[in-house]
Amino acid sequence: MVDLSLEFCGVKFPNPFTLAAAPTTDSAEMIARAFEAGWGGAILKTTSVETEVVELVYPMMSGIDLEDKKLMGLQNIDLISERHIDEVEKDVKTLKKEFPDKVVAASIMGAKKEDWQQLVRRLEAAGVDLIECSFSCPHGMPERGMGSTIGQDPELTERTARWVKEAATRVPIVIKLTPQIADITSAAAAVKRSGADGVCAINTLKSMIGVDLDTFIPYPNVGGYSTYGGYSGPAIKPVTLRCVAEIAKSVDIPIAAVGGISTWSDAVEFLLLGATNIQLCTAVMHNGFRIIEDLIDGLSVYLEEKGMNSVKELVGKALPYIVDHSKLSRDYQVVSSVNRETCIKCDVCYIACMDGAHQAIELDENRLPVIDEDKCKGCGMCETVCPVEECITLKPRES
Amino acid sequence: MSVRPKMKELSLEERKAGFDEVEKGLARHQALPEASRCLFCHEAPCVTGCIAGIDVVGFIRRLKTRNFIGAARLAREANVFSAVCARVCPSEEQCEKPCSSTNLAEPIAISALHRFITDEELKRGIRPQKAGAPTGKKVSIIGAGPAGLTCAHELGRLGHEVTVFEAEDAPGGLMIHGIPRYRLPREIVSAEIEYALSPGVKMRTGVSVGKDISFDGVRKDSDAVFIGIGLGYRSELNTPGHDLPGVLQAGEFLRMAALGDVPELSGTVAVIGGGNVAMDAACSAVRAGASEVIVLYRRREEDMPAWEREREFAKKEGVKFQCLTVPQKFIEKDGRLTAIECVSTKLGKLDSSGRPRPEVIPGSEHTIDVDTVILATGQAPWPELSSVFGGIRLSSSGTIEVDPETLATSVEGIFAGGDAVNRGQTVVQAVADGKLAAKSINDLLS
Repeated sequence: MVDLSLEFCGVKFPNPFTLAAAPTTDSAEMIARAFEAGWGGAILKTTSVETEVVELVYPMMSGIDLEDKKLMGLQNIDLISERHIDEVEKDVKTLKKEFPDKVVAASIMGAKKEDWQQLVRRLEAAGVDLIECSFSCPHGMPERGMGSTIGQDPELTERTARWVKEAATRVPIVIKLTPQIADITSAAAAVKRSGADGVCAINTLKSMIGVDLDTFIPYPNVGGYSTYGGYSGPAIKPVTLRCVAEIAKSVDIPIAAVGGISTWSDAVEFLLLGATNIQLCTAVMHNGFRIIEDLIDGLSVYLEEKGMNSVKELVGKALPYIVDHSKLSRDYQVVSSVNRETCIKCDVCYIACMDGAHQAIELDENRLPVIDEDKCKGCGMCETVCPVEECITLKPRES
Repeated sequence: MSVRPKMKELSLEERKAGFDEVEKGLARHQALPEASRCLFCHEAPCVTGCIAGIDVVGFIRRLKTRNFIGAARLAREANVFSAVCARVCPSEEQCEKPCSSTNLAEPIAISALHRFITDEELKRGIRPQKAGAPTGKKVSIIGAGPAGLTCAHELGRLGHEVTVFEAEDAPGGLMIHGIPRYRLPREIVSAEIEYALSPGVKMRTGVSVGKDISFDGVRKDSDAVFIGIGLGYRSELNTPGHDLPGVLQAGEFLRMAALGDVPELSGTVAVIGGGNVAMDAACSAVRAGASEVIVLYRRREEDMPAWEREREFAKKEGVKFQCLTVPQKFIEKDGRLTAIECVSTKLGKLDSSGRPRPEVIPGSEHTIDVDTVILATGQAPWPELSSVFGGIRLSSSGTIEVDPETLATSVEGIFAGGDAVNRGQTVVQAVADGKLAAKSINDLLS
């Protein structure tokens, strides 16, 4: 049996899979069901002090599909929880009593120093294991000077993180970052300077999910008007991968990864890039808490197949292979190769090469693609569009 | 929306040339999009549709994320004969029938996906199970078919000392001696039998309970007994001339074919009957060299007990169906079968089986020239059941009577399942019976 437990900011998680602060964690009842299903930890939906007015609007969720596949991306115009700190304190107590081995974390957002510090003190007293601070919500909250307003400014980030850290006596403080900043490592470095314990990357991307072609009103239509939202789901995974990798390579700080993670293999990628905690939200909203079975089983089988005993062995293993573009070899030459046995003669590679690359594919009399090795640069476009697994491959050019 | 994929198949020429498996499984680039077509329903109807209780939607989710081994293990946990059932289950009538995707396009190709993950698992080797902590209880299993082996496997994992007695020289029952290899290759059955026996199950082949050893002895030596001996081979048809050379019993014929010793046939072969065994016999006859194969059936094609997919499979191989026809007599010349005298039927009122009763049309006598006849008009329970397993109550049709909730027979400590109880169903039914009996036996012993 492989060991899936992983430490993040000094807190031991039974497995790295954690529910992100989101609608999936807006009550102790929901989190209890998730823990029973196997989740290692949960971050309660972001809360604030009782004086912070939260008025939500509906509808708040809109999706974008990739043709017939539902929910390539999800946009929300949700805000922080309508349940204030008093209710979250109760949830924390209930959950810690019922699930002492699971990690119960809270997410907070404040308008001023006193609010931040009060939130930290009250949650610590309630028995929370870890506190995440949202400096990163891209919609709604920035209009009040909260959310990503802080995260987009490294100075504000450092100052606010310092307030929070000052108030904490026991629990680690994690700052959730926004990708909407020119250099995310500058924000992570600011967190490091503040003395806070870790970062969580990334919050949603500010977005507009679509426009109704008949009414001209963008989605979601809230009584005739719409607004910008926060974009999540599989579509943003590459952005998250990049952010996590950049931080891991330049700032020595524990990283929780969130943003587009749906499967065990996504999780492995983030672990390989240095994350030590894996948060999910959109995939759970789509397919339920039950996906934890697949996450745990998939990760366990993967480690077993790799001959590894612990998930710790994965952390950071991909980082040495990331270099600046200018450092990449100009001598490495590849050429496309088609397996004529498995080719289904759809000619998708042909058109992609003809109109999108180097006109290096011709079709023979049987409509089988033939690579013109003199013209082929090995760009990889044909391999990318081919519907048959391992039919087109890039082979090192024989010199 | 991607469409339901089809497995690659052997060409007709290749099919006729031997007993190689016809269907070749899905390629990875077919299986992954198909898994991704699954809606992952809550309380998925496919799971309810599987009598072995496989978490279908669970294995498809694992498959979709390329956790093929995890998917295969999940299916195998519910069904010891996972790879066998992925090939021979009537999935269109079971897990695939209630599939929600049918309302969008077509049901998910569950069987094909199931087979894909078992293929991946077999490539890697099935991970054996360990015997449970010893309970000190002994269980004897009579008959090493899918019911008996499943029961043995489950009980072995629970720590009971299990011995399986099998009259044949090899375990497997109809999976080895009945189902043709072109549908179910032997190496797959063998791998799963090895897995079934892995939790410390003792296998004694070539031992016929009632002949070589007495049932009373077995019973005295055990804390519980499971009987899963299947049906007998003999057909119940007693048409005049049925004992002529050239008139074969389907059970014997399929058994020889399964053992790789198929009798060479030539000319016209008539198969009498309309069940799956008749289809297997007809398609095996095609492979054994027959130039023409005709299935004679007394009702209409749609009344045949054979599944539609089996009928289509046979038709694709050129098997002809002559329905509404009943053989009256097998005619010989110089001691050799030459023809069948038949009458035509028309359908009358519904009989007790709910199907129209075939009635002979007067004056419709005709003959069909044939070289070989294969009788596939149904198997029967072993006639020795009552004498061997003395005291066990039998049903009016000669099968073993059991409590459907527990599979307990009328005698305490003796359980039964599979074809010997249900008169010839499916491998998956036998697996389900084996699991249920194992649970009942474990409840009794603990």
